[in-house]
Amino acid sequence: MVKKIRILIAKPGLDGHDRGAKYIARALKDAGYEVIYTGIRQTPEAISRTAIQEDVDFVGLSLLSGAHRELFPRVVQLLRSANADDIVVFGGGVIPESDIPYLKENGLAAIFTPGTAISEIITFLENTSAKGQA
Amino acid sequence: MRGIARAISAIENELPEKEALIDELFPYCGRAAVWGITGAPGSGKSSLVDLFIENKRRAGQRLAVIAVDPTSPFSGGAILGDRLRMQRHATDDSVFIRSMASRGHLGGLAGATADAIKILDAAGFDLIIVETIGVGQSEIEVVELADLIILILVPGMGDDIQALKAGIMEIGDLFIINKADKDGAAKLKTEIEYVLNMPSAITNLPKPPVLLTSATLPEGIDTAVQKIDECFQQLVHSGELRRRRNRHLQRELNRIVMQKVRALLDDRYNLTQALGDWVEQIRSADSRPYSLVNAKIDTFIKELNGLC
Amino acid sequence: MPVNAELEQLKQAWEQGLLKKTLVRNPESKPEFTTGSWLPIERVALPSLTTTAEYCEKLGFPGEYPFTRGVQPTMYRGRLWTMRQYAGFGTAEESNTRYKYLLKQGQTGLSIAFDLPTQIGYDSDDPHSTGEVGKVGVAIDTLHDMEILFDGIPLDKVSTSMTINAPAAILLAMYLAVAEKQGIPRAQLNGTIQNDILKEYVARGTYIFPPKPSLRLITNIFEYCTREVPKWNTISISGYHIREAGATAVQEIAFTLCDGIEYVKTALAAGMDVDQFADRLSFFFNAHNDLLEEIAKFRAARRIWAKIMKTKFQAKNPKSMMLRFHTQTAGSTLTAQQSDNNIVRVTLQTLAAVLGGTQSLHTNSRDEALGLPTEESVRVALRTQQIVAFESGVTNSVDPLAGSYIIEELTDRIETEAWQYIDRIEELGGMVNAIEQGYVQKEIQDAAYRYQQEIENQTRVIVGVNRFMVEEELPQDILRVDPHLQEVQITKLHQVKEQRDNLAVKTCLEAIRRAARQSETNLMPFLISAVRAYASLGEICGVLREEFGEYRESIVL
Repeated sequence: MVKKIRILIAKPGLDGHDRGAKYIARALKDAGYEVIYTGIRQTPEAISRTAIQEDVDFVGLSLLSGAHRELFPRVVQLLRSANADDIVVFGGGVIPESDIPYLKENGLAAIFTPGTAISEIITFLENTSAKGQA
Repeated sequence: MRGIARAISAIENELPEKEALIDELFPYCGRAAVWGITGAPGSGKSSLVDLFIENKRRAGQRLAVIAVDPTSPFSGGAILGDRLRMQRHATDDSVFIRSMASRGHLGGLAGATADAIKILDAAGFDLIIVETIGVGQSEIEVVELADLIILILVPGMGDDIQALKAGIMEIGDLFIINKADKDGAAKLKTEIEYVLNMPSAITNLPKPPVLLTSATLPEGIDTAVQKIDECFQQLVHSGELRRRRNRHLQRELNRIVMQKVRALLDDRYNLTQALGDWVEQIRSADSRPYSLVNAKIDTFIKELNGLC
Repeated sequence: MPVNAELEQLKQAWEQGLLKKTLVRNPESKPEFTTGSWLPIERVALPSLTTTAEYCEKLGFPGEYPFTRGVQPTMYRGRLWTMRQYAGFGTAEESNTRYKYLLKQGQTGLSIAFDLPTQIGYDSDDPHSTGEVGKVGVAIDTLHDMEILFDGIPLDKVSTSMTINAPAAILLAMYLAVAEKQGIPRAQLNGTIQNDILKEYVARGTYIFPPKPSLRLITNIFEYCTREVPKWNTISISGYHIREAGATAVQEIAFTLCDGIEYVKTALAAGMDVDQFADRLSFFFNAHNDLLEEIAKFRAARRIWAKIMKTKFQAKNPKSMMLRFHTQTAGSTLTAQQSDNNIVRVTLQTLAAVLGGTQSLHTNSRDEALGLPTEESVRVALRTQQIVAFESGVTNSVDPLAGSYIIEELTDRIETEAWQYIDRIEELGGMVNAIEQGYVQKEIQDAAYRYQQEIENQTRVIVGVNRFMVEEELPQDILRVDPHLQEVQITKLHQVKEQRDNLAVKTCLEAIRRAARQSETNLMPFLISAVRAYASLGEICGVLREEFGEYRESIVL
């Protein structure tokens, strides 16, 4: 069985701080995932289309510029309107705790704030995939 | 778009439905041109592919790209980053980009890629570009799925001439020296042309063209695409394309046979487990590799005969 | 490396004797000790400078080559470093209020933070700007916003640093236009533009154009300011962001100085004389956690740059050899957890910068990992600087840690390692080539990965994050930028566009286009005319994007 979990790590908007995203991408590869990394300055449209073409299981959005309330839900919206809402979207970056409920209401499955250990993210991915697999 | 993506995933994950899917799509295949582009990391091939897409889009064509990257032998994971250089086309409806990791496919990476190509072909794309690093055996096999193979080299990477002698050089239909604005480009062109002194061993085509491009300037791109198209037309007119595709198909059938036989052995005789036992036997009971396997195969064949 | 053989012998005796005994009973907490950037650090350092000649060669006196001990003879005894808090958010009106507050609280210079659309040359109504307007800095679309930003702030009394890179020429043009309106002659203007595009490609990501036209713009600014705005620091060659991206202390200064070399080469190629512009080059570094390493780092940087300017570029004016720098405390070291602890971290980092001889300092606020600073948080950050300046006594002597055995050893070691990088990058053909080949990016990423792995496996302790954690409610009182602001800003922009002379704007934009196509032409005068006519940043950058093209990221992990 060669089914691999595929994850798109994307940076929406204009924020250019990619240290975190690059670390996560590399760490997830070391944990056995196939990671598609598309670099900085991606529009929500590009992200959702990429997610669909690559048939990923997860999309991880990284943002440190404060535009998460506008951009994260937009990605979820675009995936939904393309009938791809089985793709699980999670996010991280400089995101105030008080924004997390709003983001979750708008379709984000999880938000990982600064200082989160990679093991926590991997646990989330594993648990979510286990649930998803019929 | 989702359908295509899902179908490719079915191939990659070797789901049972993939065989019926491929057989069903097969009659619709053969329309698309398939270019194989290979070169060492840092040769700029993804940047070139990005520019080729731009060029072909201007001509109104629909394109698909399969970007192959190696799976880590340690973790089994992979970073698939080639598409980063082509992301400006991510929102173009007429462009489909898919990243594939080499994984540890039973049918080989070539098998999975060949099937992915068929899906994209049947989906109506005019041109399919397969991009690989072309170093490992499996990556070289992938390149051999293409109608036409383009090799990307760069001046000053030191081991160019060595690469010239490795097998990969013999299958190139066209050579592109990228980063032609750097020192040594002209020299490298001369060197390659010298090595390519005879007609390609595989085909009856004249000497493969050696072109200069710079993806960063950009320069030489339109000429390169034009030349590649010309090469392709020559393949068509000389009948070589048909011959190649038949060879590919034959290789593919061979792959399927091997895969099936192996699957059969695994299924019936739990081969993977058995191999472990055989190692034990060789170590402890002083069996020998060839005689052991020959004996086992004899047993398989007798059992199979008995079943018929 | 200690030269004194006798002392070395005595040390060995001590190691074989008392130390050995102690280690048997009480082993050290780790098998190996290194600095935060993995440089080996001696258990017990010994004196390394023994002769006057060595002292003069390696240290010298403050204000004299090689400037290891500082670029001014009296340093903080003469004048404290500039306390310059980076600030800006929302609209020009809101930022103007914050600047006036900071000046009133004792800040001595302004540091302008622009939002991402402004930094990347997009107007607030551009589709790319959705959600980003006013978030990480102030939104500036036209001269009108700039006028509001500095309303009531006398530009002849206050020095202004603008963190702007790709469109720096345009923001500088706007600043000059505002000064004009305030009636202040250009010769009196004091300030800096960051204007360092090379680090954008490897660490910060707010580039617009490819390297070649970007370097042309930078050279245009050098030339223009040398003539017209002589007190202006035309560039702030930055290592801060490179460090934040994960680089080590050695890489931080090596890559920054290599960027510097590239800029100097570019200006020389454009026909300038090194002593014409080099005294206005300034630098910007990070103040990280490892106190000893950081102090040594700053000293090493000064020594290396002095050598580069003297030996490689044959500068004659001592001012051309001086590494003057602004510092910011390391944002990436601050935590969301137990955020008051960040005040302590920033204090130690402030100490590093001051003991390292910085000319100007920004201290981060405790809410750094949560959002932009509240008024109260930024006040504490400013007070941190003031307490160090007025209460700690470290300002009473110049380069007070000089002669500390470990500091001198680390200074030497960092210098040696940095030179290795500098030589390597020269071999690769300079910084632009090294970046194209992905060499710099790979070094940074590998260091970042290693650092983070250490945090994950707890070999590197981050208090409150992987040790000494508590269950806590994160602070709710954080600064939020009003999302409606985007609409407000867009309305303002449209009003300006209606009220201005649109024909004049069109003419100016066409003039910029023509000038852009002539690589020998200095673009500054054309930009100034355009901003005076209230052409927008997005309009001007739009023309330049068409003429110069856009840079696209290509190197991956």
